[in-house]
Amino acid sequence: MGQFGIGQPLRRLEDPRLLVGGGRYADDARIEGQFWGVFLRSPHAHADILAMDLAAARAAPGVKAIFTAADLDAAGMPDMACEVELKSLAGEAMARPQRPILARGKTRFVGECVALVVADTQAHARDAAELIAVDYAPRPAVAGAQAALRPDAPRVWDELTSNLPVHWENGPVGPVDAAMAGAAHRVRLRIVNDRLVPAPMEPKGALAAWDKAASKLTLWAPTQGGRRIQATIAKRFLGLEQEQVRVISQDVGGGFGMRGQTYPEYVALGFAARALDGAVKWRADRTETFVSDYHGRDQVNEAEMGLDAQGRIVALKIHTVLNLGAYMAENGPRLPMEGGGRIIPCCYHAPHFYFSVKPVFTNTVSTDTYRGAGRPEANFLMERLMDKAAAACGLPRDEIRRRNFIAQFPYKTPLGYSIDSGDFAAGLDQALRMADWAQFETRRAEAKRRGKLRGIGVAAFIEAAGGRAPVEDMRLQAAPDGSVTIFSGSHSHGQGHATVFAQLAHEFLGVAPERVTLVQGDTDVTPKGSIGTFGSRSSMMGGGGLKAAAEKIVAKGKRIAAALMQSEAEQVSFAQGVFRAGASEVSFAAVAAAAHDPAKLPEGMAPGLDESHLFQREAENFPNGCHVCEVEIDPETGTTEILRYVAVDDCGIVLNPLIVHGQVHGGVAQGVGQATIEKVVYDEEAQLVSASFMDYGMPRASGVPYIEAGFNAVPCKTNPLGVKGAGEAGACGAPPAYVGAVADALRDFGADHIDMPLTPEKVWRAIHGKG
Amino acid sequence: MKSKVTLTVNGKERSAEVEPRTLLAELLRDHLGLTGTHVGCDTTQCGCCVVHVDGKAVKSCTMLAVQAAGKQVTTIEGLAKPDGTLHPMQEAFREHHGLQCGFCTPGMVMMAVDIARRRPGADEKTVREELEGNLCRCTGYQGIVEAILSVVNPGAVKDHHHA
Amino acid sequence: MHNFAYHAPASLDAALKLIGEKEDGKIIAGGMTLLPTLKQRLAAPSDLIDLAGLPDLRGVKKEGGHIVIGAMTTHYEVATSDVVKAAIPALAHLASIIGDPAVRHRGTIGGSLANSDPAADYPGAAMGLNATIVTNKRAIAAEDYFLGLFETALERDEIIVSVRFPIPEKAAYQKFRHPASGYAVAGVMVSKTGAQVRVGVTGAGPNAFRARDFEAALEKSFTAEAIKDVKMSPDSLLSDIHCSAEYRAHLVGVLARRAVAQA
Repeated sequence: MGQFGIGQPLRRLEDPRLLVGGGRYADDARIEGQFWGVFLRSPHAHADILAMDLAAARAAPGVKAIFTAADLDAAGMPDMACEVELKSLAGEAMARPQRPILARGKTRFVGECVALVVADTQAHARDAAELIAVDYAPRPAVAGAQAALRPDAPRVWDELTSNLPVHWENGPVGPVDAAMAGAAHRVRLRIVNDRLVPAPMEPKGALAAWDKAASKLTLWAPTQGGRRIQATIAKRFLGLEQEQVRVISQDVGGGFGMRGQTYPEYVALGFAARALDGAVKWRADRTETFVSDYHGRDQVNEAEMGLDAQGRIVALKIHTVLNLGAYMAENGPRLPMEGGGRIIPCCYHAPHFYFSVKPVFTNTVSTDTYRGAGRPEANFLMERLMDKAAAACGLPRDEIRRRNFIAQFPYKTPLGYSIDSGDFAAGLDQALRMADWAQFETRRAEAKRRGKLRGIGVAAFIEAAGGRAPVEDMRLQAAPDGSVTIFSGSHSHGQGHATVFAQLAHEFLGVAPERVTLVQGDTDVTPKGSIGTFGSRSSMMGGGGLKAAAEKIVAKGKRIAAALMQSEAEQVSFAQGVFRAGASEVSFAAVAAAAHDPAKLPEGMAPGLDESHLFQREAENFPNGCHVCEVEIDPETGTTEILRYVAVDDCGIVLNPLIVHGQVHGGVAQGVGQATIEKVVYDEEAQLVSASFMDYGMPRASGVPYIEAGFNAVPCKTNPLGVKGAGEAGACGAPPAYVGAVADALRDFGADHIDMPLTPEKVWRAIHGKG
Repeated sequence: MKSKVTLTVNGKERSAEVEPRTLLAELLRDHLGLTGTHVGCDTTQCGCCVVHVDGKAVKSCTMLAVQAAGKQVTTIEGLAKPDGTLHPMQEAFREHHGLQCGFCTPGMVMMAVDIARRRPGADEKTVREELEGNLCRCTGYQGIVEAILSVVNPGAVKDHHHA
Repeated sequence: MHNFAYHAPASLDAALKLIGEKEDGKIIAGGMTLLPTLKQRLAAPSDLIDLAGLPDLRGVKKEGGHIVIGAMTTHYEVATSDVVKAAIPALAHLASIIGDPAVRHRGTIGGSLANSDPAADYPGAAMGLNATIVTNKRAIAAEDYFLGLFETALERDEIIVSVRFPIPEKAAYQKFRHPASGYAVAGVMVSKTGAQVRVGVTGAGPNAFRARDFEAALEKSFTAEAIKDVKMSPDSLLSDIHCSAEYRAHLVGVLARRAVAQA
């Protein structure tokens, strides 16, 4: 509606506060008399803890207490569990060993928490942590998943017979092999999708405060909503009712999927705060954040695609090996199947499909959801295969995609998900047009005259958004002055909920956006049925809840308005903030005021204009798009420059194009980062070598292109707003578009695939045949 | 071991008792309560902590509080006018969607103001190079670059998607 | 960070006295490397002696055929100095691409040379421009100064006062940035003065060094063509998770050619 409603590029309402230093992040919380916690972490990837001498540390200045696994065990604290259930084809259930909060007798990765030191200052706690003498007996360690599958590999879990907790398959391979055998063309590819750190700019940190009188723990922490963390910490770990834990995450400095989990540090801090009857603050530095936040990706995929003589897919086989890390994180093992598997084989129809996944334990940080969580990996694999198939079939890269696009909707995927809508060919055409694909060979020739190698890549992709928890709770409250407060469990850690939800409130209630306030990130006040923000769910789930709650407000408002106008509710209409009946009209603000004045209310009506709605989704939505990337390579050094980047996205109905573009830009930057420089490196002893921004390449302004973004909006048919998620598109599109462009530039050098990140040295080696 | 440090922060004289090892960023955040200055790394890479010392952008995580004695420090809290009117660079960040989670924003804006001082008329490539020491994980830098260009070189602004 | 005592002497003599007295005192200049090192608890000096209060150590001047830069002069000041830009523009350019703007506002030429980080830019300039490092005790030729990884000829009670650069006829600096840190994976400063050519290399080895094969070829003919077949051996070069020694050796050749072409 109008200037500020759905579809308008309203400037963000939260910005003025964030721009003057008014953000309230976890580390900004402090309590008079708080203690400081420091975690002593394992320097060994794999070691038995033979003994721990705490005497010197306990005697150090300012030390209040030191907690180890023994203290937690004495209090009956359980270990952390992964709830994912997977079975092999033969029906064997996945082994799910649990993670101790603090290492118990053994450490399994570098950075595992061994002890929590609490002192009066952070410096004192650090000084004391250095005085703890731990007698480690190092064991052989393994960092890579494929190495961990070898029979003679060090075993991460003594309790298991191997590092493979389950071998999951979608079905028998036989029929797929038979179809593959009959294919006119077959292409194979092995892809290492490297391990990444999500690296939100806010380092990890928390403040846990115990209120003895209220018997309640308050935890300030950077979360993506806090409700699930609240429940887990309260019920599982501290033996409390859910309401006895309050999680506050007012502003969060980026999430990207890995800030939704209950981390062991939070539990230990909560335990310590209760034990000390006080507040314990923890501030991780960046290096500690590298080992404390879960990592992402880390898959090796081997795939084979069979095509008929016309270049249509007849069979597809994918073998995925997933590096779980030492401990199964909350979502870890399910990412290839439920993350990537929801969409695989992506934009294409594959009549025969075999999918094998081996999640593997290694002596590394756990892996879990990171921007896209399985979908970027799946799309990358499919798009690299399609490029290779194009060459094998002698078809242009755009044509082979057109021939295989899913075009009939709803479309049921091999793993049983239903894609409601999309127009993949239109998105492809639009992207190619914006990128001037047709004239590319002219540009390639011109670059060649300058001694440069130019290439162009295209990537179609599909996403799945709003999955898992199928509900989200929203509450709208109108004050007597007509202003509206939204209580949302759907949580912004950068996505701009305060703006978009205000636009929706304006759309449905007519209230000016600046008169709408969002309350988020405090489990004491956000709706009980709320979950949080992850998997690009907030537009559909939060937005859907908001719409329904607004409809309830309007329904009650009509009854009040009818009373004010001496009419009947059925006669009252509502549009653009005004209730009308015949020639009479009354504003939303007047109705809100009346709602708080019992004298003006219809007989028997409870005062207030305050409605909640527990939104239940009908289905997930399936954002999709097509990205084109054009690069130029300096063959002398392998340096690759992105000259043009076009992103066409189908995010369904766009609520705020400014914000959706921002999501696309950020996702592309992370995808470009993976494609160009990002890589977690463990050495042979499973030591984390890339544990700072000196060694882990973060995309900088000079390494990210200007992105030309366009929309190919096809409204979603299965949610009331017609929206599709927007957060993960860029991370899906950029890696295959970029790698495809480099491979195209190197087509004369026999390099049809280079594993990410495509560092200058790797590209230089490909050009100069240095393998 | 503590000593008293007196400096001018956002136009006001401030003092605190600090250890020699206390960083300027810690002085600002923990002693003076100016939590707008953020700390995002330990290796002087991310720029979340950029403030101005005697008019120049510096990383406050890589300067001791005692080294700031007697100096003029401006933080993100001191950029807007006392009546709340945003600095033109702050306005530009809002206009061009130069922030998402907001964590890198204070350092980014302080650096942007420094860039505008040193490099009037800068083109897009120059602005991107000047942001070498400031990391953002949310925006892909596009809104940030456009915001800075809108101040230093308005003709170079490209964003045509959203009026 | 471990704790330490902090001193801000007002004179070079006072600074030297402190260095002599303190058991494990350490000089701090801009602190751009030292402070991150201390934060990671990789060093634990008893005392930090800050040279920021010594105005004599700061500033740029032209003395005859030399540019003399005070040890505490910041990268920003060198990059924007009209004197440097007129006499040795390659040096101003080098200073303008060290780290990032905030680092350039604090980091100093003396601190960079005293630290001798293998990937820092100034060591390459010192070698490639035939600089002299002037301390409170003596003048050290660049090629006698860099001894190894983070190791220099500086003695414990020695402080860099200034750096003297002879003004070359022509010079250029080419740098290949490390993808993560932005430091030099390889950096090459080439200069020509009369018949003499210097090729200083940083980033590639454990410390800055002269590429003498390149110099010899360029002294015969100062053209990129002259060194196209000169190869750098990767044997003594660095290898890390981003770049192999072989690639660094290759880059040195490419950067040297580009520097010659640019000079």
